[in-house]
Amino acid sequence: MDFMVFQYPMITIQACLDGILLGVLFALIAYGMALQWGVMNIINIAQGDLVILGGYIAYFMYLYGIHPAWGVIVSPIIMYFVGVGIYKLVINKVVDRDLFISILATFGISILFMQLMNFAFGADVVLANSGYGTTFLFDSNVVLPNSKIFSAFISIVFAICLVVYMKKSKLGRAIRATAQNARAAKILGVDTEKVYAATFGINAALCGVAGALISITFTIHPYMGLPYTIRSFMIVIVAGLGNLPGVAMSGMGLGVFEEFADYLLGTEFRIGSVFLLLVLILVYRRFKLSRKREYLK
Amino acid sequence: MNKNIILYAAILIFGLAAPFIFPAFKVQLSILCVLIVLATTWNIQGGEMGYNTFGNILFYGLGMYLCASVQVGMFFPLAEWTESGGEKTFVHTPSQFFQGMAAGLVVAAVVPTIVAGLIGYAILGLRGHYFAICTLGLGVAAGEISGGIEIIGAGQGFTTPPFPNVGGLEARGEFFYFLSFGALVLTFLAVRAIYSTRFKLILNAIRDNEDKAEAMGIETMKYKIIGWMVSAFFCGLAGGIMGGLVGYIDSTDVAFDGREMGVFMVLMAILGGKGTLWGPVIGATVFHVFKEGFWTFFLGWQYVALGVLIVVIVIYFPEGIMGWLREKYPERFGEVVDEADRKAQVELK
Repeated sequence: MDFMVFQYPMITIQACLDGILLGVLFALIAYGMALQWGVMNIINIAQGDLVILGGYIAYFMYLYGIHPAWGVIVSPIIMYFVGVGIYKLVINKVVDRDLFISILATFGISILFMQLMNFAFGADVVLANSGYGTTFLFDSNVVLPNSKIFSAFISIVFAICLVVYMKKSKLGRAIRATAQNARAAKILGVDTEKVYAATFGINAALCGVAGALISITFTIHPYMGLPYTIRSFMIVIVAGLGNLPGVAMSGMGLGVFEEFADYLLGTEFRIGSVFLLLVLILVYRRFKLSRKREYLK
Repeated sequence: MNKNIILYAAILIFGLAAPFIFPAFKVQLSILCVLIVLATTWNIQGGEMGYNTFGNILFYGLGMYLCASVQVGMFFPLAEWTESGGEKTFVHTPSQFFQGMAAGLVVAAVVPTIVAGLIGYAILGLRGHYFAICTLGLGVAAGEISGGIEIIGAGQGFTTPPFPNVGGLEARGEFFYFLSFGALVLTFLAVRAIYSTRFKLILNAIRDNEDKAEAMGIETMKYKIIGWMVSAFFCGLAGGIMGGLVGYIDSTDVAFDGREMGVFMVLMAILGGKGTLWGPVIGATVFHVFKEGFWTFFLGWQYVALGVLIVVIVIYFPEGIMGWLREKYPERFGEVVDEADRKAQVELK
C-alpha cells in the first residue's frame, strides 16, 4: 500500500473514471435484480451466472467473426428466453414459498450454470476484443479504453429504454401493478403468472446486455458469477427498492470503491473487499434500524 | 425410553466396530462423521432457529486453518513450514504430532466460538434474505482473504503435518475415524441435551415469531448468539479434524469451500428434515452414500448433478425425510391422531 493516491492526483482521477464506467454496468445488473425482487420477492443468486452466460454469447459471436458489439442486441434476445425457461422450470414453483427456498433453489441453478458453462466454454479467462482503441486524457496521464465508454453509454441507453417501457407500455403497467399488490392485480384481470415470467425474462435480458458489455470491456470466466450477484444485491439494499437514481448512484459508488480497493489493497483482495463491504453495509443497516426501533419504545 | 437406549447402544457399537467391519471405507466413514456433525450444527440455526445461514463454513474453515497452524506452530516456525510447501524440512515426532493435534483441536473449537459471538452480535439482528446473503458474503470473503495471507500459504495452500510413522496407513485411518466419530458422538449428545431444555423451545419461538418472542420477555439476541456459538464450536472442531484427514488445506477449495461443504451442510439438513434431531443424521448419511455412489458415474458432471439435486430437493422435498415420515406415521412422533379425521383425509384424497 502506498500513498500515491494523494501525491499523484491523476491516479485518483483514473480510478474514479474507471469506477464510474464500471459502476454503470453494475447498476444495470442491479436494476434487473431490483425488478424481480420488487415484483416476485425473489433473490436470484444465479443473477451473476446469467450475466456471464450473456457474456459468452457475445464472445461466441466474436469467435465466429461477428463484431461483439452486436452481442448487445443478440444476447438479450436469447437470454430473455433462457430467463423465461428458468422461470417455467424452477422459479414458478418457489415464487410464493419461504424466502430461503428461493435463495437455495437459485443457488442450485447458479452451481448448475457455472458448471455447464465450464464444460461448454472451458475454464479460461476470455474477452471479446472489440478493437475500439483508447482515449487519452490529461496529457495521456489518464487512459480510458473506448470500449468502457461504449459500454457505459449502451447501459444508460438500455436503462432509459426500460424505464420508459415500464412507464408507458401495457406490460410495464401490469408489472408495476403486480409489484404493488399481486392479489389485487389478479382480481383486476392481470395474468400474474405471465407477468412473473416476463419479469424474469426481462431481468435475464438485462443480464444478457450487461454480460455482453462485460465480455467486451473486461474479462469473463465461468466462476465469476457470484461476485456480480453480491454486487447487485448490495447496490439494491443501499439504494432501496424502486429507487432508480439511487441504484445508479450506488452502482457508481461501488465501482469507484472497487477501483480504489484494487489499487490500495492489491488485486488479490478485490473480490474479498466487495464481500466484506457487503457485510459491513448490512451490519451498519442493522444498527441503524435497531436505533430506529428503540425510538418506538 | 428403554427402546431408545437399545437403539443408541446399537448405533454406538456399530460405530465403534465400523472401521473393522469395513476397513476399506475408513476415510469415507470419517468424512461421513464430519458431514453429520456439520449438518447437525447447521440444523441448530436453519432448523430450530429459523436463521438460514450459508456462513457456518466460516467456522469450519477457520477451525481447519487454526488446528493445522497450531499443530505446526507449536514446534516449528510456521512461515518456513508453509514456504517449503510440499517438501518437508521439519518432521513431527509422534508425541509432537498428537500433542499438537490435541492443542490444535482445542484452539480450533474455542476461537471460532469467540468469533461467532462477536460476529453474531453484529449480524444476528438481520433477518430473512439479509441474513442469508450476509452470511454467504462472510463465507466467500473469508475464503478470498485467507487466500491472500502469506503465512498460512496464501494461494498455494497449506500442507498439514503428515501422520507420524506409527502403524502405517491403517493406524492413520483408525486414528482419524475414532477422532471424527468421537466428535460426532460429542456433538450428538450435546445437541440432544440442548434440545431437551428450555433453550430449544426459545429457539423455536424465535423461528416461529421473533417479535412475539421478544414481546414475551425473551432476550432473543442472547439466545441467538449462544445458539450460533454452539454451532461454531462443533463446526470448528469438525474443520480441525477434516484438515488433518485431508492433509492439505486450500483457501477456497478445501477450507472455505462454500460451493461444496457450505451447500452440503444445508442440503443434508433439508434432505433429512430440518428442525429434527435425527433429520440431519439421516440426511447426511443418505446424501453421502448417494454422493459417493453416484459421483463416480457423474465424474466431471458432479457439480451439474449437485445443482440439479439442490433444485429438486428444495422444490419437491422441502420437508425432508423426517417430514415425510412424520406425515405418514404421525403416531410415532407423539402426535395424537383422530382416526375419523384421518379417514376423512384419505377420502378427500
